[in-house]
Amino acid sequence: MKEYRTINQVAGPLIFVEKTEPVGYGELVTITLPDGSTKRGQVLDTSKDIVIVQVFEGTRGIDTGSAVRFVGDIVRLNVSYDMLGRILSGSGDPIDGGPKIVPEERREIIGAAINPYAREYPREFIQTGISAIDGMNTLVRGQKLPIFSGSGLPHNDIALQIARQAKVRGEGEEFAVVFAAMGITNEEAQHFMKDFERTGALERAVVFLNLANDPAIERLLTPRMALTAAEFLAYEYDLHVLVILTDMTNYCEALREISAAREEVPGRRGYPGYMYTDLATIYERAGRIRGRKGTITQFPILTMPGDDITHPIPDLTGYITEGQIVLSRELHAKGIYPPINVLPSLSRLMKEGIGEGRTRDDHVQWNDQMYAAYAEGVDLRGLVAIVGEEALSERDRRYLRFADEFERRFVQQGRYEDRDIDYTLDLGWELLATLPEGELTKIERKYIEKYHPVYRKKATA
Amino acid sequence: MEVKMAVGEVYRVSGPLVVAEGLKARMYDVCRVGEEGLMGEVVGLVGDKVLIQVYEDTSGIRPGDKVENTGMPLSVELGPGLLKSIYDGIQRPLPVLKDASGDFIGRGIHAPGLDRKTKWEFTPTVKKGEKVSGGDIIGTVPETEIVEHRILVPPRVNGVITEIYEGSFTVDETVAVLDNGTELKLYHTWPVRESRPFREKLPPVVPLITGQRILDTLFPVAKGGTAAIPGPFGSGKTVTQHQLAKWSDTQIVVYIGCGERGNEMTEVLEEFPELEDPRTGKPLMERTVLIANTSNMPVAAREASVYTGMTIAEYFRDMGYDVGLMADSTSRWAEAMREISGRLEEMPGEEGYPAYLASRLAEFYERAGRVRTLSGSIGSVTVIGAVSPPGGDFSEPVTQNTLRIVKVFWALDAKLAARRHFPAINWLQSYSLYADTLNEWFVENVASDWSELRTWAMEVLQEEASLQEIVQLVGSDALPESQRLLLEVARLIREVYLQQYAYHPVDTYCDPKKQYDLLKAIKEVNDMFFKALEAGKLVDEIINVPGKEEFARAKFEENYKEVLEKAVETMKKALLG
Repeated sequence: MKEYRTINQVAGPLIFVEKTEPVGYGELVTITLPDGSTKRGQVLDTSKDIVIVQVFEGTRGIDTGSAVRFVGDIVRLNVSYDMLGRILSGSGDPIDGGPKIVPEERREIIGAAINPYAREYPREFIQTGISAIDGMNTLVRGQKLPIFSGSGLPHNDIALQIARQAKVRGEGEEFAVVFAAMGITNEEAQHFMKDFERTGALERAVVFLNLANDPAIERLLTPRMALTAAEFLAYEYDLHVLVILTDMTNYCEALREISAAREEVPGRRGYPGYMYTDLATIYERAGRIRGRKGTITQFPILTMPGDDITHPIPDLTGYITEGQIVLSRELHAKGIYPPINVLPSLSRLMKEGIGEGRTRDDHVQWNDQMYAAYAEGVDLRGLVAIVGEEALSERDRRYLRFADEFERRFVQQGRYEDRDIDYTLDLGWELLATLPEGELTKIERKYIEKYHPVYRKKATA
Repeated sequence: MEVKMAVGEVYRVSGPLVVAEGLKARMYDVCRVGEEGLMGEVVGLVGDKVLIQVYEDTSGIRPGDKVENTGMPLSVELGPGLLKSIYDGIQRPLPVLKDASGDFIGRGIHAPGLDRKTKWEFTPTVKKGEKVSGGDIIGTVPETEIVEHRILVPPRVNGVITEIYEGSFTVDETVAVLDNGTELKLYHTWPVRESRPFREKLPPVVPLITGQRILDTLFPVAKGGTAAIPGPFGSGKTVTQHQLAKWSDTQIVVYIGCGERGNEMTEVLEEFPELEDPRTGKPLMERTVLIANTSNMPVAAREASVYTGMTIAEYFRDMGYDVGLMADSTSRWAEAMREISGRLEEMPGEEGYPAYLASRLAEFYERAGRVRTLSGSIGSVTVIGAVSPPGGDFSEPVTQNTLRIVKVFWALDAKLAARRHFPAINWLQSYSLYADTLNEWFVENVASDWSELRTWAMEVLQEEASLQEIVQLVGSDALPESQRLLLEVARLIREVYLQQYAYHPVDTYCDPKKQYDLLKAIKEVNDMFFKALEAGKLVDEIINVPGKEEFARAKFEENYKEVLEKAVETMKKALLG
């Protein structure tokens, strides 16, 4: 393999190499520094005159005399069943002091797109044990459902709780967890690791860690590495894999950094115009494939800069993912955990995952009614702020109380409280029972008679 | 006829953009890049360099690799076999790709758009010696149980028929010969970026019946018209598009999933073969062509996908059919344009979009229309484009440029969606410029007082909106009784009429007659309420009148008319004795 010492420019995370033999687009590159250390990179732009390389570990220490070698292959990850229980760096090397991973296969980390014709529509209900998710925004196997959070909110706790409790009803099989950390602090990482160890989840997990002080450009690899591992476990070993990606905001920042270094025309807020496509190549790797047992369910976590849901990162994410779980600073301030604001939250795939045979026959209409009632109660709070509660009609006061109870009893639960779906639905019925029965216009008579506490009492009496 | 292909070599690779040198090429010629023969299209010529956007992942392509020019523009194959198909953005059948490369889409796979082995029963409708010209129908093929495929003479071809055969043929067997030696087959090709010719455009005077109450009654679109559905994520764009694809009274539906979610396309794929067309009772798939270029599939093919879909739609229009084209989402298409424009280092316009965004959008929507075809029949293409504005902000370039062209605007509202009011179409923001012209049709075909009822409903909703502002300040108890009653009527219109459940077996489709009956019944209740108020009843008494719940649920029943009548009777008894 030829070595070139023809770097003519270094700009941020990029190096420009001249006078090379033909180099393939996307090829892996190793750079040997004068001090003997090596760094890795990838070809971003190749031509007969100049090759542009993005360096994953950052360009610190690179000078024009550094030696550049083109490996002649694209970036791959060593995958094996024995990855379970291991902790790897953001670029896939073991960092837990354990032995090297003996690869069963070396896989390209740029996953090819799943043929839409080969997909199977996700419809298996996953019980997370969290009422605000199971009841209101149900998760199904093969879905990608991000948590839109803000700095300082307990999104990590929620992700952990889901990783701990997630199960498919009536089945003993567990999820394998692939956890990819991008630019999170050491402290946060410790928090995750400790919880994984304590609950024994680590044995069923593959962890990729790119911490805040690790090179930013490496973050462009981390989620792809994680998903490559997930695809291997899901499609070769029939596991149901839950992939947690945190924090996608840091990933997008890295993308912006590269784009700026290449002097590309920026889209909104300096993020590159291709960010939608780029994010899609990550998120769309969730799903189910016909004829294969394993599935990939994604839980990306992102912190919305300035709690702004219209910021390009949550915005583009929301257009790709199948819904979103939105956390609210206001609920958090009220001391409510998990502070899930159900109104802007959504699960696009729930309609197929709930109802008779999946959760319970009343779930669909129950959900509509709960949403409508809570929305009405929240609206009325605005009115109360102006005219005071006394000016409200009796009906309105009930809705107001409903909204409060909804937050305090239904949304609020313990970090280790694992609620059964029946419990969640019945709890909702208790709240609905505080409204006049005539208000329950979204629920058919037969379900009211079957599940409304008043009728149930009668039936048992 | 063997064409000698021009050959050059790769000079530069940057993502989906490949620059070739030493290649003879014209704009929009299709090229094959590298050993694998990745498909691409010429998008620019600079000096001796040729800029090619490649429809597949370019990893591994290196300078010096060969580039071949096919000398042909990007074209689609038009003939029997289109219906029930699912294609990617450049008309490669996805099932064929699956057979070739498994569950994940591989690279460099070539697959013709129409299957070469299937035999079709061809029945000629012209005889030897007849003179035919472009667009004329020479025979028919029963393509699916509900659609008869009419075989067209390709545009710009004409002559006298010297031979014509009847029987079973594959698409590339000759079925007729003209005196000038031209052989006609069951299919022909057409470049996607060129609109297919027709004789003249006709005024849009027939409504597209969608079975969705708020659309048909308040904001109707005409056959051959254009409509846009902008809305933030989660407001129900895709569900609305699916509803339109399912229930619109067009004979053909072309559904383009442009840069959207894979699972949503799967939903369409699994659902359409099982759903029944309310008019024919046959599976909806039998009249549908699907184009799926999901967000993670190559961006250049996404850019091409809307043109591929449009050309197929125009082809069916030329047979004299009404075609509905749903594009979800045009924003992703615009973003693909932006991405490629960025790679070409073009001077950007607003928000990084290319300066030609507006003209491309206009060109695309202009291909819609109700036309007299070359053969003299009437066909139409109705275009309904979803728009996904970033942050739900309608002032962004794609939404704004779309609104300048389309005649119908269905504004989706995140607030309505959050309270699960679906379809979450905001009745105050939306508009239809066809409403007046189409009124005539509704008056003639549904009911003579259609127009008055519609106006009445709109007035009540407008009035409600202005009253709501007061209610927000002082609470509803402070309003005079008649206004409180009006709010209640508005609520009925919203909840009983405008809200429609896409997933309810009965409510998902509501024909114009039922729409009229429901609205008429609400008006009747309105009159009854106000009469009761005049007679001295209290507002609270009226609002809580028995029978109202049954009334609200009538729309879910097959025998809705009886239920409505019974409910109104109950109310009448209670209020007016």
